[in-house]
Amino acid sequence: MFWLKARSMQGSTIKYIGTALVLVTVAFTGTSLKISRQHPGVLSADTLSHPAQFGFGRVATAAEIAALDIDVRPDGKGLPKGEGSATEGRAIYGLKCAGCHGATGTEGPNDRLVAGDTTRARRIRAIGNYWPYATTVFDYIRRAMPFNQPGSLTDQEVYSLTAFLLHANGLLAENAKLNAKTLPQIKMPARDKFVPDDRVDGPEIR
Amino acid sequence: MQQRDDQDKSITGGRISRRNLLAGAAAASVVLVQTASGKAFQAALTASERGPEDPTKVPGVPPGTLGTRSPFEKLAKIYSDTSSRTPLQDLQGMITPSDLHYERHHGGVPAIDPAKHELVIHGMVDKPMVFTLADLKRFPSVSRIAFLECSGNYRGANDGKIRPQEICGLTSQSEWTGVKLSTLFREVGVNPKASWFLAEGGDAAVMTRSVPVHKGWDDAIIAYGQNGEAIRPEQGYPIRLFLPGWEGNANVKWLRRIELSDAPFMTREETSKYTEAVGGGKIRQFSFTMDARSVITFPSYPARVEKGWIEIRGIAWSGRGKVARVEVSTDAGKTWQHAALQEPVLDKAIAAFRYLWNWDGNPTEIMSRTVDETGYVQPFLKQLMAARGGNMGYHFNPVTAWYLQKDGQVLFKAT
Repeated sequence: MFWLKARSMQGSTIKYIGTALVLVTVAFTGTSLKISRQHPGVLSADTLSHPAQFGFGRVATAAEIAALDIDVRPDGKGLPKGEGSATEGRAIYGLKCAGCHGATGTEGPNDRLVAGDTTRARRIRAIGNYWPYATTVFDYIRRAMPFNQPGSLTDQEVYSLTAFLLHANGLLAENAKLNAKTLPQIKMPARDKFVPDDRVDGPEIR
Repeated sequence: MQQRDDQDKSITGGRISRRNLLAGAAAASVVLVQTASGKAFQAALTASERGPEDPTKVPGVPPGTLGTRSPFEKLAKIYSDTSSRTPLQDLQGMITPSDLHYERHHGGVPAIDPAKHELVIHGMVDKPMVFTLADLKRFPSVSRIAFLECSGNYRGANDGKIRPQEICGLTSQSEWTGVKLSTLFREVGVNPKASWFLAEGGDAAVMTRSVPVHKGWDDAIIAYGQNGEAIRPEQGYPIRLFLPGWEGNANVKWLRRIELSDAPFMTREETSKYTEAVGGGKIRQFSFTMDARSVITFPSYPARVEKGWIEIRGIAWSGRGKVARVEVSTDAGKTWQHAALQEPVLDKAIAAFRYLWNWDGNPTEIMSRTVDETGYVQPFLKQLMAARGGNMGYHFNPVTAWYLQKDGQVLFKAT
């Protein structure tokens, strides 16, 4: 005879078929199954002897990482070389962006990019009045835009478009050069509006 | 009106096939189908779909490679350009059939060859690594049933003509199978100073979210299975990040890269989207946890009910833990009774509830609210708006009421 003792388990069933086959079904919890095995040599569930590492997978090369690592942080980490200006960005915008975002970035039909007069319309969430970091504009355009040709723009084009959109929102001079040094320095009007989640477990409604 | 189809013609042509065997000499049958807008129309079934008049007199269909849904069942998601909604009012139990799981994506559903798909984990780690799908499946696996919900999941309608699917159909539940992220964290040796990680998808939006590292150590899963098979393409095939109880968008699909960092990346989806105004000019960010919620799925619009016994049915869930109880009111919130919860009631999972009620036929409002194991009580819409400076938006989980008219018509009512 042998027995298995299951602890800290919800919705688990242990079935015995003779003394040879033990089926342990843990269908409903993500917690690791803890089995105290009273008798050696009995087939059990895992994971008493979880190794520190399994050795599966392989080490990523620096080139592999560089090919994928396109993210840009607010401190500018990840911004590439190159630069652009609103003057250059205006032409690209007219060609590749205005169809979805409108001639001046306010008309749609897709997301409004330029805040414009925010006193007249409610719920405008454009770059100039809602986006807390300028680096996000660069990161997002580079990874996802234009919608029908994502990832098709050069870094210089992305700098130029970012410059144009910041200029259209009144946050950058028309001829200013935008690059890895100047972009993170732009303070966005909405920066201080953002607060971290303050909801907690319990009865309070927030 | 029934259309004659090819199968019928094949019968008249005297050709024998499995299909016209099935078709038999069926009488015209008509199924009422509800459209997205709630309109009923008569859907024509083909002769083979109708089946024989007496199924006991004709051999049935032999086994096949895949099962099918009965042609009499017309389950469907409602979709827009960017999302599709689960028909909550048409489902039973706690599991959402995989083909009816809600969808929300930002650059369409990518076509990914699993043999070519890899997950790279790098940044603040001892050893940056690449894992193929086969590698991931070699690690110890885990399964859990848990809900997934888009944080932008509330709609109302002034005329009351709105179904649960439209109100909050961006909620679904599956059994998810995969490898714990903590297992992979140990494999790469996460730097103790790392506090956030970036999760990046391999879709056309190359969508990214920043997630606190503690969630990775706690209960995050790199999931490759959904309800017993590989994850559906719409849900992230071949792998997705699954964060139990946390807003859908952070559960990055088609996951291709994780970068450990000491700060959030402030991606578009965690700044200009998935953030909510909470009054005082403030905008709340990184609101990951889904608050407790419930909805009565029967009776609900567009149902008509008769006086007498009605089993009120619905679903309840909380991103903070288990549903402790569900309370039902049949008098517009004046008094509340405990509903029966269908076992098993699981952590961060949808639980089905029911409450047997004898309706006297007088107009009234019925509603449900979830109380979770942390003591959170699902609020009324007015409470929620008051707590957020009059704003609505993401993470909006109000009590949903149904108004029963004297004629039995059921209509949505905001609370």
